[in-house]
Amino acid sequence: MDQYLGQVVLAIGFILAILGLYGLLSQKNLIKIILGFSIFTTGVNIVMVAIGYVKGGTAPIMDAEGNAVGVFVDPVPQALVLTSIVIGLGVTALMLAYVMKLYQDKKSLNINDYKDLKW
Amino acid sequence: MSKKGFVVLLMVAVAVGLFPLFLSFNGGNQISDLGQHYVQNGVEETGAQNIVASIVVTYRGLDTLGEVTILFLVASIISFFLSIAKDDRMENRTLKSVTEVLTTSSQALVPIIITVGAYILVNGHLTPGGGFQGGAVIATGILLIFLANPKHQLNHTIIHWVESVSGMAFVAIGVLGVLMMDQGGFLSNKILSLGTPGELFSAGAIPLINVFLGLKVGTELSNVLGIYVESQNEK
Repeated sequence: MDQYLGQVVLAIGFILAILGLYGLLSQKNLIKIILGFSIFTTGVNIVMVAIGYVKGGTAPIMDAEGNAVGVFVDPVPQALVLTSIVIGLGVTALMLAYVMKLYQDKKSLNINDYKDLKW
Repeated sequence: MSKKGFVVLLMVAVAVGLFPLFLSFNGGNQISDLGQHYVQNGVEETGAQNIVASIVVTYRGLDTLGEVTILFLVASIISFFLSIAKDDRMENRTLKSVTEVLTTSSQALVPIIITVGAYILVNGHLTPGGGFQGGAVIATGILLIFLANPKHQLNHTIIHWVESVSGMAFVAIGVLGVLMMDQGGFLSNKILSLGTPGELFSAGAIPLINVFLGLKVGTELSNVLGIYVESQNEK
């Protein structure tokens, strides 16, 4: 199990991303579409963390003397994912605000009721 | 063909496309060259034990500045979009009632949550954590206050002042790195002494930047939550 930890986490990330994309494309409810987007972002983040994994590695934090303790995982994807999580949160919050405004306008959460931009 | 069937087919196609990527992944035998550089020289160059914090705050500090700008933009757009009429704002909204359990437990939990958030952001350069994580935990405490008492009013004057002052202090620290010659340029952490790695007051300006980042993220998220709660009305 320990040997295949990277593969397992990568597979979970891919599955989550595909499930999120499916929800994004198939749901009619605006809130559920945003949930799908959120799951998709989480899956992509997990994929990025899995790519930085090193077998038997620990978190990239030094001990009190500033020496490395064993093998480290790659710190660069972790920093990238930290940024990505915050941006994902901002985008989700913004989409929810738009949905609240749309609902106040038409009292409906069904995406089929919004045809203003459809040609 | 129905639309759902098409979407399922599309997802199968995406899965088939991703499968070669999965097969070529060797489970991580070694760290990338860039990561190797950060791990080997990070403590020497920045004085921070937590390599991820030194990347986020110092090596890629400019990206963090952009990230904070995006968060600020999100908060401004949301407050612009959900701005509500003055008479809707106050007591004449109908809201769902809150259970006794939530109100009582929030009184015990909120101080602890905010203390943990402050701990996480102050110790960001030593332990897992940093400005963003600590700020998010503090905003969780504010969210619990709102859940327990939906009519709670945030003090917008304090929120806006803390937000603007910490944002400007973050940029000012960055400019200070440019003004002090041969100190590494914009957002360098060497404007203060690097100190001994492992102590609370070490790693130059990283703890200071983390505190300002945490305050800014915490107040911004609280602001967004406050706007959501204030525009809630169960008619």
